[in-house]
Amino acid sequence: MNDYLNKTYIILDRELKGYFRTPLASIFLLVFLALSSGMTFFLGRFFERDQADLTAFFSWHPWLFLVLMPAIGMRLWAEERRSGTIELLITLPVTNTQLVVGKFLASWIFTLIALFLTMPIWITVNYLGEPDNNVILISYVGSWLMAGAFLALTSCLSALTKNQVIAFIISSISGFVLIMAGFNLVLSAVRSWSPNWITETISSMSFLSHFSRIQMGVFDLSTLVFFISMIILCLWINVQLVQVKKAD
Amino acid sequence: MSDKLINATNLKKSFDQFIAVDNIDLSVSRGEVVGFLGPNGAGKSTTMKMLTGFLEPDNGEIFINNINLKSDPLKAKEYIGYLPEGAPSYSDMIVADFLSFIGKIRGLNHNSLSNRLEEMASQINLKEMWNRPIETLSKGFKRRVGIAQALIHDPDILILDEPTDGLDPNQKHEMRNLIKRISTNKAIVISTHILEEVEAVCSRAVIIADGKLLANDTPKNLENKFLNKNTLSIKVSNKINNVVSKDIKSLIKYDDVKIQKTEMSGHTILVSDNKKVPNLNTVLKQINKLKLDVIEANFQKVNLEEIFRKITSDNNSK
Repeated sequence: MNDYLNKTYIILDRELKGYFRTPLASIFLLVFLALSSGMTFFLGRFFERDQADLTAFFSWHPWLFLVLMPAIGMRLWAEERRSGTIELLITLPVTNTQLVVGKFLASWIFTLIALFLTMPIWITVNYLGEPDNNVILISYVGSWLMAGAFLALTSCLSALTKNQVIAFIISSISGFVLIMAGFNLVLSAVRSWSPNWITETISSMSFLSHFSRIQMGVFDLSTLVFFISMIILCLWINVQLVQVKKAD
Repeated sequence: MSDKLINATNLKKSFDQFIAVDNIDLSVSRGEVVGFLGPNGAGKSTTMKMLTGFLEPDNGEIFINNINLKSDPLKAKEYIGYLPEGAPSYSDMIVADFLSFIGKIRGLNHNSLSNRLEEMASQINLKEMWNRPIETLSKGFKRRVGIAQALIHDPDILILDEPTDGLDPNQKHEMRNLIKRISTNKAIVISTHILEEVEAVCSRAVIIADGKLLANDTPKNLENKFLNKNTLSIKVSNKINNVVSKDIKSLIKYDDVKIQKTEMSGHTILVSDNKKVPNLNTVLKQINKLKLDVIEANFQKVNLEEIFRKITSDNNSK
């Protein structure tokens, strides 16, 4: 078990450092901070709302992640397949699960760093008023979980192609469908031909409705189970796709 | 228990309708360097990918150091060092970090990893490039990094897919010397379509075409086996007219005597026989009777290239 985790950690470590070896990390972090702050202060009207909370900050996260998580995750497998390093990885004494989990965790930790860097906003709201810090903490955890689901989806889809741009586009489109799953835009397309239970299942998969509850400080088990099972399902499919598509 | 480090039987692999590898058997013992020869698309890389566990065969079994690659892939892979075609690596990493990553995942502990990294730096001549990003290296150095990652854990088995492809003549020479140096206690399989490479470093040549194994023997035995007559070549400075030509043919008591004009003035007499190797002394004595001025006399060199062409063209015509 120790060896199993150790090798997963070695994969994670290489991948995480890989973000910082190129300008990708700094560009991403800069864009994330600029967009999240811009959306909070200008679109979210942080000051005009005159409320000591971070709703204006977190409410934009699903939309930010829709673009930024595919940008982080698109290279995870597409680049390995394009450069041929997948052959190197698969012939090492590690399992596909270790590879998939190690790479995913690296990208997830990277988003944790990005979220951590938004701490000044939390400090600002505490300086200006007396916010409910429990709600803010739950929102941070929820945001990170949602980011994980987006990343797992992107990682899975990036195993389908050698082209990072294609991986980005299909991940963004799939992410959009999942965000809007509870809304008429998606449900009306399904309702006409599918039984009720399918419509309800799709409706329950909406990232936006799950995350809205979290933002209100309601972090129930179903939401936790939803995001965790979404991550596990995507990573499981990811492992199968790596196995099937590795030699294409 | 077999003493073969690689023992593969009845390997078969198809991609949709295309049969890439068709019932190939291959075994390699410690100390052997097997040259995997074949035209492009013959199935060399596919076979190597199966031997390293990258691809699963549709049929057949592979044992790596007596471990079934299918039932215990992680254990079997520990014994293998593999250089995939094109020597892929993480181009944004520096050489030291990349080799360290591979070493760690190969299970080397801190001390043995430092020792092996030092050995690799000096053995593969990577010292001057040690802290440079791989993407800035020349093709030759990238190939060396690929070899170093395959050797980092000092594996018993080394599988190298076209290790000298794209290297300049000096680099090829260095690479062959390296392979020779490390070959004594390892089982090595190298794929190539450069035949001189097989003659230079391999103890055994395996020729495949269209996924089928056509020959599996030492380069020397292949020469004997696939060319059933050796040809004696005698260069003379004299011009040979039809009369002399008839005299030569009647004097020399072997099956086939041909007379060819050389590029310079003079002729070459080619003597061969289906049943026996022509005797040089006998032929020279016979030629001396005609007072011909012999400049050079030797057995015509039969190289692996001719054998390769013969075997693969025979296969095509079938």
